[in-house]
Amino acid sequence: MSTQTQVVAGTAAQAPARGRRQLSEGARAERRLGWLLCAPAVIVMIAVTAYPVGYAIYLSLERYNLELPNAVKFIGLSNYAAVLTSPYWWHALSVTLIITVVSVAIELVLGMLLALLMHRTLFGRGTVRTAALIPYGIVTVAAAYSWQFAWTPSTGYLSALFNNSAPLSHTGTALAAIILAEVWKTTPFMALLLLAGLALVPEDLQKAAKVDGATAWQRFVRITLPLMKPAILVALLFRTLDAFRVFDNIYIMTGGGNGTGAVSQLGYDNLFNALNLGIGSAISILIFICVAIIAFLFIKGFGAAAPGSDLGRR
Amino acid sequence: MAAAATTGKQKWGWGTANTVAVALTLIPLLWIVSLSFKSPAAITDANPWPKYWTWSNYSGILKTSQFIRPLINSIGIGIIATIIAVLLASMAAYAVARLDFPGKRLLIGMALLIAMFPQISLVTPMFSIERSLGLFNTWPGLIIPYIAFGLPLGIYILSAFFREIPWELEKAAKMDGATPLQAFIRVIAPLAAPGMVTTAILVFLFCWNEFLFAISFTSTLTSRTAPAALAFFSGSSQFTSPTGPISAAAVVITIPIIIFVLFFQRRIVAGLTSGAVKG
Repeated sequence: MSTQTQVVAGTAAQAPARGRRQLSEGARAERRLGWLLCAPAVIVMIAVTAYPVGYAIYLSLERYNLELPNAVKFIGLSNYAAVLTSPYWWHALSVTLIITVVSVAIELVLGMLLALLMHRTLFGRGTVRTAALIPYGIVTVAAAYSWQFAWTPSTGYLSALFNNSAPLSHTGTALAAIILAEVWKTTPFMALLLLAGLALVPEDLQKAAKVDGATAWQRFVRITLPLMKPAILVALLFRTLDAFRVFDNIYIMTGGGNGTGAVSQLGYDNLFNALNLGIGSAISILIFICVAIIAFLFIKGFGAAAPGSDLGRR
Repeated sequence: MAAAATTGKQKWGWGTANTVAVALTLIPLLWIVSLSFKSPAAITDANPWPKYWTWSNYSGILKTSQFIRPLINSIGIGIIATIIAVLLASMAAYAVARLDFPGKRLLIGMALLIAMFPQISLVTPMFSIERSLGLFNTWPGLIIPYIAFGLPLGIYILSAFFREIPWELEKAAKMDGATPLQAFIRVIAPLAAPGMVTTAILVFLFCWNEFLFAISFTSTLTSRTAPAALAFFSGSSQFTSPTGPISAAAVVITIPIIIFVLFFQRRIVAGLTSGAVKG
């Protein structure tokens, strides 16, 4: 598979190189065509992300409340000071971090088990793979309602199972319920990414180690895990950043009440309940910075295995 | 694999593990299906399965524009955004896979950044921008951001896909006397189609699922999509709890997608993992 890719890649890389030596006009035309083809995609992506972020930076420096449209005024970094000294921000941030760390850790372990199950199992493999796609395919809001109703006293089977308790009305148990919903929804995605990594571990290596007397656990730790490191890092990066922006499950299950609001909920409430564009934008920018820090730490951990470095090289 | 070495005991172990995994993925889905068939009185009996089955929740929601209109919005917005995103992503991916030009790395880096972008960071500024441009609470107001978030996925999957296409076939067809257009339609397009279908499926699933933009950039039924409408659902009268109707609506928007996902499962798995493993 990979050698085949390289062969194709090789011919693709040679062709333009030869063209340039003979005919620089052709190379220039190729450049122009390349830019032309990418331009529409780039314009849309910039219009929807880079421009609004720039605008958010500008808004975050203003006092701008939609209820007081005439009182718009440049106030420097005061919005940031207001957010960073507010206990709401720090509470939301810690809730987000707890949900992110706990759910991603559980997903990694369960996802690895599920991936091994899908990789090793002999019969029923198709059934497991098919079933695993259901949580991925289900609309998050629909799944969130399923969980919410399940935990509602005198309605739900889960609540009935726990003595008709109301876990969504206490911070700790509500967070646990939210994490469970997140884990259920996204473990299959994690498992699929890890499964693709597992397929790259050569079977011969496993057999050789087995002949040399390595136990299943030793083989997993010494061979499978190191070879899967790039796949694991990619899966962790995607899921960590995805978990950090958790919104749907919290909005439906608790509405951010009982101290379960994550940063996304805080930003949303600030815009639609407080109608404060200035503070809302400051929160937006702070969340953006948090995500950038997480991504930076991961990319540093990747080294050369960073996603996209292979595509970009050619 | 080592079929011969697998003992009966191991088979049982795997079988149990498989059953547990399948059951865990199915239970929340079956629960909401069960709720959707319960009568209003039976909703609060906490039974895992309805004693008497009723279609009343379904007939209730299918009679109200509170649900039908958002359903139409979801389908329309999803399809338009998907077509445009796949088109633009194909162009960019072709350039990435086939052409040599400076700025390619930048494009890939940008796509990756957007794939991981926190959507909430866009809600406040986009809300303000859309209101001043008159895009707030319109179809384009959702279609444009959906295209932008579908593009990175599309560029990733399609450029991985386009690199595998044996482009020499195009030359061979031309040598055999085909015009460039014929060569493209008869040879290249059929080879590229599976990748584009995969991309279209994943982008449509994203649009269908999206919730944060859908509740932030819409305010009425003219553009609210189905997941957003669900969150604003009220009972058929103000004295009935909306649990039954919400469940029925959740099932209606979920079941077609699940059938769709299962039908295209190979494509979806290949698409989801192509970007991640190959880089």
